[in-house]
Amino acid sequence: MNSNNNILVKLNNAGFRQSEKWLVEGVSLTVEKGKIVTLIGPNGSGKSTTAKIALGIYKNIEGTVEKYTTKVSYVPQKISIDWTLPIRVYDFMLLTETIEDSAIDEALSLTGVIHLKNKNLGSLSGGEFQRVLIARAISKKPELLVLDEPVQGVDYTGEIALYELIKKISDTLNCGILLISHDLHMVMKATDHVVCLNGHVCCSGSPIDVAKNNEYKALFGEKASQILTTYEHKHDHVHSDEGEIKKN
Amino acid sequence: MFDDFFIRALVAGIGIAFVTGPLGCFVVWRRLSYFGDTLSHSALLGVTMAYTFDLNIAISVFLISSVIALILIQLQKKTNLPGDALLGLLAHSSLAVGLVVIGFLTFIRFDIMGLLFGDILAVTTDDLLVIWTGGALILIVLKLIWKPLLASTVNYELAEAEGLNPDRAKAIFTILMAAVIAISIKMVGLLLITGMLIIPAAMARNISDSPQKMVLFSIIGGLLSVILGLYSSLEFNTSSGPSIIAAALILFILSLFKIKQSIKLKN
Repeated sequence: MNSNNNILVKLNNAGFRQSEKWLVEGVSLTVEKGKIVTLIGPNGSGKSTTAKIALGIYKNIEGTVEKYTTKVSYVPQKISIDWTLPIRVYDFMLLTETIEDSAIDEALSLTGVIHLKNKNLGSLSGGEFQRVLIARAISKKPELLVLDEPVQGVDYTGEIALYELIKKISDTLNCGILLISHDLHMVMKATDHVVCLNGHVCCSGSPIDVAKNNEYKALFGEKASQILTTYEHKHDHVHSDEGEIKKN
Repeated sequence: MFDDFFIRALVAGIGIAFVTGPLGCFVVWRRLSYFGDTLSHSALLGVTMAYTFDLNIAISVFLISSVIALILIQLQKKTNLPGDALLGLLAHSSLAVGLVVIGFLTFIRFDIMGLLFGDILAVTTDDLLVIWTGGALILIVLKLIWKPLLASTVNYELAEAEGLNPDRAKAIFTILMAAVIAISIKMVGLLLITGMLIIPAAMARNISDSPQKMVLFSIIGGLLSVILGLYSSLEFNTSSGPSIIAAALILFILSLFKIKQSIKLKN
């Protein structure tokens, strides 16, 4: 089935219905090794649902999901740690897979929270907790990384650094990333493919193509479109005098 | 060595404490104390079955408790009643049916008090074998499902997404709950088994900062409770179950002082 062995997960016309209400339907997308696919869309448009379909959390779905990897890391949108469970950041890093201490330290250092290693998880601030969640996800060296609003609550400079880190992870580990984000400014630079959702796939393609799409403009407004097109000028290639495209 | 009834009771109680310690932590973390109650109340039905058909009590209780757990899962899927109502329904109706059946079994003399509150005189050498082999099996299985069970306790979707199969771990854990009730019913009594699961774990929560430490302290607390409880049971001629649970309560109260201290330190 997998003719292209770079494919990590493939959704074919997938949808999920909860008590007679479609949360999302008719989504087709592919995440490949080393590529970043970003889901955008308004609240309730089915971004998280799509991610959960891709992860196999929802079982009774319409359409199909083909998954070609078991090395998956997930940063969920919401996670609340019950105070009845005493758990330190260190224990949390080992939650789903046993990894070496050096890998734990490295990941916590990359996201800037190594000093919290022995702190109780319940005592962290929202932004600190997001950094720990990202550290846990990357420390497993996954092939597929699913990030649902990974930088929520993180301070502005931290946000930029974390998005740069995510891009770097994608390059160094050659892992595929499915990213959900509200922040159009930040993500578009690194994204290879954008899927714009609103209960169904509104439009999809490269960031530039999506920005020019009328449905996208209707959904996010003209201003958002300008945000994306500004990145056109930050492309990784230049046009030579002969009209050829040269990579930087 | 096991000729003395008290030594038998002590060895049995120590075996039980090793198992209730870790399992009790998950009962506290996953908020299953009422579920534990339901399973242990249904154990009375298991005991009457054992007497009626001349079966081993532990095996009979294990089977009945597992069946009740299965019925509960089915009812949760098929009715709109809230979980606690269903648990109460099953707990009290199975206890009632058990007591009614005992009424019919006039040819057997039952020690109801012993069943409800435990009886150290009742522990036989066979029981020791059941407790220690059963207990060892429970701990081995718990060790095997530790990661998925702990991960899904923290976050179900995370465990599911990263391929840990939390549903299977939960189903296996339910069976382990039935098993721990089966092996501890004679000692602790069916009304107090949940106390043996929860109180040492609650005590451990007060003095631990990681899941592993909480399990360790929970075992130690259970062991101390059994030893203190059984000696006082012998001394004051009280039922073994209440004596053990009362000892556990004392340890819990002592652990509260540790919290007070750490709050003071923070300030």
